[in-house]
Order: sequence, then C-alpha cells, then structure tokens
Amino acid sequence: MNPQLEGARRTYVRPAAQNRFMHFWKHRWLYFFMLPGAIFFIILKYIPMFGLIMAFKDYKPHLGVMKSEWVGLQHFERLFSAPEFWQMFRNTMILGLYNTVLFFPITILIALLLNEIRSELYKRFIQTLIYIPHFLSWVVVAGISYLLLTTEGGLINEGITRITGGAPVEFLTSEAWFRPIILLQLIWKDAGWGTIIFLAALAGVNVQLYEAARIDGASRIRQLWHVTLPAIRGVIIILFILRLGSFLDLGFEQIFLMLNAINREVGEVFDTYAYRIGLLQGQFSYSTAVGLFKSVIGLIFVVLANKIAKWFGEEGIY
Amino acid sequence: MHTSPTRQGRMFDVLNHVTLGVLGLIMFIPFVYVVITSFSTESTAWPSTFTLDTYKYIFSTSTFIRSIGVSFYITVLGTALSLLSTSLMAYALSYRSLPGRSKIMLMILFTMLFNGGMIPTYLVVKEMHMIDTTWSLMIPGLISAFYLIVLRDFFSGVPLELIESAKIDGAHEVTVLLRIVLPLSLPALAAFGLFYAVGIWNQYFNAILYINSPEKWPVQVILRQIVILASGGIGDSGNAGENVAYYGQGVKMAVIVVSTFPIMIVYPFLQKHFAKGALLGSVKG
Repeated sequence: MNPQLEGARRTYVRPAAQNRFMHFWKHRWLYFFMLPGAIFFIILKYIPMFGLIMAFKDYKPHLGVMKSEWVGLQHFERLFSAPEFWQMFRNTMILGLYNTVLFFPITILIALLLNEIRSELYKRFIQTLIYIPHFLSWVVVAGISYLLLTTEGGLINEGITRITGGAPVEFLTSEAWFRPIILLQLIWKDAGWGTIIFLAALAGVNVQLYEAARIDGASRIRQLWHVTLPAIRGVIIILFILRLGSFLDLGFEQIFLMLNAINREVGEVFDTYAYRIGLLQGQFSYSTAVGLFKSVIGLIFVVLANKIAKWFGEEGIY
Repeated sequence: MHTSPTRQGRMFDVLNHVTLGVLGLIMFIPFVYVVITSFSTESTAWPSTFTLDTYKYIFSTSTFIRSIGVSFYITVLGTALSLLSTSLMAYALSYRSLPGRSKIMLMILFTMLFNGGMIPTYLVVKEMHMIDTTWSLMIPGLISAFYLIVLRDFFSGVPLELIESAKIDGAHEVTVLLRIVLPLSLPALAAFGLFYAVGIWNQYFNAILYINSPEKWPVQVILRQIVILASGGIGDSGNAGENVAYYGQGVKMAVIVVSTFPIMIVYPFLQKHFAKGALLGSVKG
C-alpha cells in the first residue's frame, strides 16, 4: 500500500458508500472471476433450497411452485402416518450406524496399522491396492457384487455348493444379507481411501513423543494408545461430525442399486422412498417433504455433534 | 520411525505386515477375477479357456460404444467447465482482503450441510431446459464445494509478494492468475481435474434422473442394464437376446473391464497427486 495514500485516508474520511464502491471497483476482476461459480451456487443450490417450500404446498406442474396451493403440514402428516415410515426410519438409522460405528473405526484402524509399517515401499504398495476401489463407480461395485454373489454361476455360491455340498445362498434377494453386503461394499470401496486423511495427520505426530514413551517402557500397543491416538483426536472428531452430517444420505446410489422387491423391507431408506414415490409416481410435493424431513434431521445431527465436540474442548467444524 | 528390538515388537510387526498384505490382496482379488473371467465365454465360475469373443462382441454393439462416447464427451467437457469455474472462484476467494469474502465462504459451506434435495433440483434443471440433454450431466455438479474450499487454501499458499510485485509491474489480474497462480498450482489443478473427471465418468443417478433418450445414456446406465438387470442384449433391440445368453458372464465382465479402463489409466497420475496431499489442504472451511 502506498504510504502517501494511507496517510491521506487517515486525515480525510470519505463517505461510506463511495468508499465501499471504490473498494468493490478495485476488486472488480475478482468478482468477475466469481461470476460463474456464484451463478451456479445461486441457481443450483439456493433456488432449490427455496423450492423446498413446495413441501408445504400441493405442487401442480401447470401452476408452478409459486402459484400452487398451500396445504400446511399435510405431506408431513402423511409421511409420519405412512405404514413404511418407521421401517424407513429404522433402516436409515441402522445403515447410518453401520456407517459411523462400524465403517468409520475400520478406516482409523487401517490407517494406524499402515502408519506402523516402516518400509516405505511396502506401505506404498498396500496403499496402491486399497485406494483403487474408491475410483470405481457404484454401478461397477454393485455389478461385481452381483456377478460374485449370484446363484447362477457366481464364484461365491459355486464355492459354497462345492465345499459344503449344500444349496446356494440367495445373497442378493435376502433380507438377512442386505445390510452385511452394503457394509462390505462400503469397506471394499472406501475403507482404504478413508485412511488418507488420517495418515496425513499421523505424519505430523512428533517423533520425540514416541522416544519418550519408549524410554518410559511403553510397548508398541501402548504407544499407539497413548501417543498416536490422542495426536489425531481432533481430525477424528472433525471427520466424525462431517460423517454425522451425511448420516442420513450416505450411499443413496449404492442402496438404490442393491435394492429389489425382496429386500425392500430392510433396505428402503428415505432417499429411495422419495425417488420411488416422488419421481416415478409424480408426487413431487410429498417427495420433497420426505427429502426435507431427512435434511432437517441431518442438520440437527451436525449441530448436536458439533456442540458435543465443543463440550469436550475440541474445535468442531464451525 | 520407531524401531522395536523387543520380541513382542517384532511379533507385532510381522502380524501387521501380514494383516495388511492380506487386506490388500482381498481388495485386489475381485479385479483379477473380473479381468480373468472377461476372457471366457464359459458360464462356470472358474474359466479354463481363453477367448477374445466377449470383447469382439461388445465392440460390435452400437449401444455400448455410443454410451462410451457420451461418457467421454461429458467427462472432457464437464471437467474443463468444472475446473475453470472452480479455480476462478477459488482464486478470487483466496484474497483475504476481498470484501464480502467470509459471507460468500459461509454460503458455500452451508451448501455442504444442507441442500434442496432431489425434486427441487430436478425442477430447476427442468426450468433451465436441460432435461434430456447432456448438460444435465455436467451443470448440476459443476462445482464441488469441498474441492473449491481446498483449492482456495491451495491458492492462498501462493506468496502474496509474488502477486503484489507482479501487480506493481502493471500485470493485470487475469495475467496474475494465468501466469503466476495457476502454473504454481498445477499439481492441485491436475488432482482436482482428475477427481472431477472420475466423478463425472462414474455418475449414474443423475443420468437416470435427467436423461430419457437411450442414445444419450452414459456408460454407467448401460453398464447397469447389462450387468445387473441383465435383460436382453446390448446391441440395438433387433439383435438382442441370443448372443448375450450365450456369452453370459464373460460379456458382463468384459463390459465392466472396458468401462473402468479409463479410470485405471488415470489412476497412476491420480495417485501421484493425491499422495502429495493435494486433497489435504484442509478439512475445515
């Protein structure tokens, strides 16, 4: 900044509005750069948020969102009294719990184990193998699952019948196997990838802490418990909060692809229900209400998790 | 890093190496199996003969080839648009002195936690007349808020003195971006370009939501039809049926191999960049 100008500003106070305009004008190119992105966020993120008002209306395509009639909480009443409501609620919660309570710790565990490997080459080799599935689409993951698990010549069932001599297992059309398969797919696709952020945090742990622990006679396991884990506690908590935020909309494509008429009882979640009812049957308002209900619950999860994190003296995400 | 001369420590090391080795193999074996069986027309789970017929077959069908074409088109164009708009916005937001910056950041962050959902977004896409056009596969996911925030942090790392001195020399904002900031951020741009590309190539749900005409379907939709629904052939409706029934499993495997091939090609590049930590700039906004 030019010192002369700086001095001038101190003695001569410009009118606020003009000042603001000058400031804006100075940065006009930066605002111009932001234009495509800003238009994107407004039109494709914020206008749909405004469109959520249709959850309280009876949307008719020829009237549009604005002119359609207000119906209050009618759609929500219908949702809460729908026979599938508690079933979906339970399915969503259980799959969400699988995701946070089972899947999430597995990524941390793999990261901790990888961190203990001293040979860089071996470590990188393992990382290469376990990162790959992350880049496959859910269609491919579901496709491979189908081909491996089908009762018509699938590898797994072929093995089962040959070894045990019993009947093939109907993995794909079974209520009991639906959730385990979803969890296994998730682990296969993303457990390796999920380690990246923890490994980065682990790389920053002070080596002297390990030396001190060793001098005190701490075993490897104790070092892990008393040095490594506390060091990445902050990262774990932040990622956990973010994960809770998407607690209710995790794996829509995945679930959608694995869902069929037979496992719907255990597999239907709010998103798949909203799609089936809303788009396929044209009940736009009701479907929006289902989506809004889910989003609000998700938001409450984040806020609560963040509060709890701050209670425990952690940073949180906002 | 932490050597352990104790017996217990050595045991731990051996066990750890073996566990991770097994894990890595388990993660990799499905690929090997898919590739091996894709070279077989047998219907058993353990193929014993080698053939290229499956690949000849899928490359002779117009539907599959066309869907690969659609996917390539949306991936190349979509990635370019996404990367351009993301980096422009990220650069502007990397200026701490920019008036309104924190408010804009907050608005972007909020979209990560809350959104309008399927139907309202669908209606907006419809109002923009993008239904049943390939634009609907590129525009609704144009910018990832997360990539934008990380890229902004990356740009913030470019020394301010460098930018200021260029400006004193009379460089235009556009010149600064093109000649200084972007070249210095090439690894990050490459990484996010590849992430966008993989995301667009892999997207499935947007396609069934927005695209009605079969000739505009990207490869993931066709893939699902062949592998999961397994109804009919992948040729045009005329010659459906018999060939697929004959090739069975092998053709499905081959279709998976071909549709993941582009990702396997870019994977080494991806790995090089994300390993450098391009994604790790921040978790926080």
